[in-house]
Amino acid sequence: MTRRMARLRHHLSRSWLYGLSAIILIFLVTPAMIVVPMSFSDNSLLAFPPASWSLRWYRAYLASDVWTEATQLSLLIAFLTASLATPLGASAAWGIQRARPRMEPALLLALAAPVMVPIILVAVGTFYVYARIGLVNSITGVVIAHTMLAIPFVVTVVIARLRTFDFEQMNAAAIAGASPLVAFLTIAVPQLRATFITAALLAFLTSLDEVVMALFISGGAYSTLTKVMFTNLRDQIDPIIAVVSTLLVAISILVVSLYQLLQLRPARRGLED
Amino acid sequence: MNDNKPALSVEVAGISKNYGPVRVLERVELSIRRGEFLTLLGPSGSGKTTLLTILAGFTSPAAGRVFFGDKDVTFVPPHRRNIGMVFQKYALFPHLSVAGNVEYPLRMRGIDRRERRLKIEAALDLVALAGFGERRIDELSGGQQQRVALARAIVSEPPILLMDEPLSALDKNLRDRMQMELRALHDRLGITTVYVTHDQREALTMSDRIAVMNKGSIAQLGTPQEIYRAPASRFVGEFIGESAFLPLKARDGRLAIGDVLLPAGYVDDGEPRALLVRPEHLVILPTGEPDEPMLRFEGHVHNQVYRGESHLLGVSIPDVGTVMVIGPAGGPVPGTGDTIRLGLRERDICIV
Amino acid sequence: MRPGIFRSRKPHGVMLAIPALSLVALLLFLPLIWLAVISFQDPQGALSLDNYRRVMREPAIVATYLMTFKISVSVTLICILLGYPLAYMIASLPRKWAVPALLAVTLPFWTSTLVRTYAWIILLQRRGVVNTWLIDRGLIDQPLALAYSFTGVVIGMVHIMLPFFVLPLYATLSSIDSSFMRAAASLGAGPFRAFWTVYFPLSLPGVLAGTVLVLVLCLGFYVTPALLGGGRVLVIAMAIERAAAQYASWGVAAALGITLLAATVLSLGLGWFVTRQGRRTRA
Repeated sequence: MTRRMARLRHHLSRSWLYGLSAIILIFLVTPAMIVVPMSFSDNSLLAFPPASWSLRWYRAYLASDVWTEATQLSLLIAFLTASLATPLGASAAWGIQRARPRMEPALLLALAAPVMVPIILVAVGTFYVYARIGLVNSITGVVIAHTMLAIPFVVTVVIARLRTFDFEQMNAAAIAGASPLVAFLTIAVPQLRATFITAALLAFLTSLDEVVMALFISGGAYSTLTKVMFTNLRDQIDPIIAVVSTLLVAISILVVSLYQLLQLRPARRGLED
Repeated sequence: MNDNKPALSVEVAGISKNYGPVRVLERVELSIRRGEFLTLLGPSGSGKTTLLTILAGFTSPAAGRVFFGDKDVTFVPPHRRNIGMVFQKYALFPHLSVAGNVEYPLRMRGIDRRERRLKIEAALDLVALAGFGERRIDELSGGQQQRVALARAIVSEPPILLMDEPLSALDKNLRDRMQMELRALHDRLGITTVYVTHDQREALTMSDRIAVMNKGSIAQLGTPQEIYRAPASRFVGEFIGESAFLPLKARDGRLAIGDVLLPAGYVDDGEPRALLVRPEHLVILPTGEPDEPMLRFEGHVHNQVYRGESHLLGVSIPDVGTVMVIGPAGGPVPGTGDTIRLGLRERDICIV
Repeated sequence: MRPGIFRSRKPHGVMLAIPALSLVALLLFLPLIWLAVISFQDPQGALSLDNYRRVMREPAIVATYLMTFKISVSVTLICILLGYPLAYMIASLPRKWAVPALLAVTLPFWTSTLVRTYAWIILLQRRGVVNTWLIDRGLIDQPLALAYSFTGVVIGMVHIMLPFFVLPLYATLSSIDSSFMRAAASLGAGPFRAFWTVYFPLSLPGVLAGTVLVLVLCLGFYVTPALLGGGRVLVIAMAIERAAAQYASWGVAAALGITLLAATVLSLGLGWFVTRQGRRTRA
């Protein structure tokens, strides 16, 4: 039979697979999307699809001090986390890539630990420590904790890129008269800019979405957005949640799209990625 | 270029280096003259690249000192040594243009824009890449990238130039051509050049002197002619050019090969010795005896290799060993199994 | 060609990793050590195993362990059943289609768990989409108690854990050389046999990695059971939170935490061990 017919037959025989996969993909994607129309609902019931539409909950959100302050706080914390985690994680990735190959798995494991240990434990333990040094309910405390949680992501992203980076360039720069710092700034940074931005975005998002740690160590005047949302969902569901959720989903989509865009840029060997 | 910036000599004094338990360099002593083209030649593991690394400043030796001219640079970091270097895989900066790459050393030295532009043009001219300034690195061929690396290395008119097997990534024709161009560039600029390679042909073609290295020491230091004609040891003899080794026996205090006695003057000194025989030194003897004093052997051809410009015949000589000889140019070539008679002129006798 | 030796493996490059390492050490390991210490102390600070005795004996806590186990295993199994075909399909798609499919898996991964849990509350509640749809179709008379129940928690957690299973598995599957399957076919194996004897064994490391990851994440999970459980579903993480934050029984919370940590390490260790064994038998 012709190749076209063969391919068609191949696809048809797999139609059950395609169908099942399509259902699963819909299952994965839809829930997060429904919060968007929910935010435009006119009434306070949790009915979906909404019976009538309006912007009332957006207005309520903007009018609410609790929600807007929590949003600003979370965005600030996320920004600070990204600013701290990116240099720390990137320099760790750089150091590991240049260190003896024997050490690499051990170091990577140590830096990946925050992801593998159940977050509830880390949260409780950190709360215990913070309570004794007075860092509970503070911006500093949350930023430090979130930085620790974001570092594995930064390291993973940066180290993946560094595997294709020609480190001999740094030697060439040194011979040409550049001190290690100057060489890093003039040769490495221009080529790794996109990777650093991606890593920063991931760190930002990790902090913004983080729930469990924030539940324990943030509070009072310094409650994060996630803490306010959680308390809300547990006690009495305020329809403003739909607005906040939409906001968070929009930020997620933005970050993921940027990330994919940066990954898919034409791979000009070694150039700015 | 380089008229008011004289080249410097390089002095390697007792350099030793370990990597863990392995001794890669063993008290190496080497004096490189100003403006000389010196090649470090040896197989992998000989320590030649490690020595170059130490000259560049990327590693420090366990013992010993390095001098550039009068200055002790042993522990000076690479970015303060004011030298040029061409890396094996070029290590060009992909995010900069050709001009951007070449001007980098000048930027680091704080040279102003106008002067930089002049020097870049001069450097690109020297490497036959005039007008390539605005090109991107990934648009260039391997040979062109190599020239950019070279231009970048010399643009700041350094007194010393290091090269780490710069031609190994190129195909044969390009390599042969670049060898001559590199040598010509060296002659024109007069920079002291230290060149590392494992290709003995390259070393013979380009160098003023060659330091043949083996297992962390210099086996022999000399001009290409000295090294080729009078290898100091079996290792050097084997590494350079084609060679066959015929073990020598002692007979009444004199050295003999098979049944043939070497001329008086070649005495046995108690050490195991061999006769180094290069294919071009063996003469295929016609029937009839010529008058010239020669060592004579008789054997039979056991294989032939076609080389394009000649045939290389493998000849086994009973009780002596196997040698390679270049087949006669023009005319019939002895075939496998044929008996053949060879002669070695007295002046071509080389004992290792 | 030998690698440029000037890629000098400087041991002191590790120094750059020290700030990050110290932060992790300080904030991760120190609190855990602290917890371990507390778990072995009574409220006065003396050495005691009381906390562990309570944790092992008290029926409410034992029930919590069972519930956690039930949920984790259910979620993991469903993830395997749904995730394997999905990963398989994406791996066999040409790049043009694989990218949006992966995006569909990655996007929920990067969406806040709170947002997703909230979405499930809306979908699964009595008058939610799912129930309305089922009633309209005449499949049921009364709305099902989906939200605020065991089922709801499982559904919500499957939604969160599925990307964690699919993504590593996809990485493994996409590295399986398609020439293996063609070779099997040329040797006479039918498609099912080729799959079972060639493809499936090769995919096992990826399946194992995904399974262990999902299992470990489920054991310690907090948000979804807390919000979708409606008070009826109690998992270890919730018990820890309750003991620490609400009752300030640090000793009990610590003991619970250490047992959770032990279970996590055990699962990870088992997974690593099985992977190593598998590699040995194949070698």
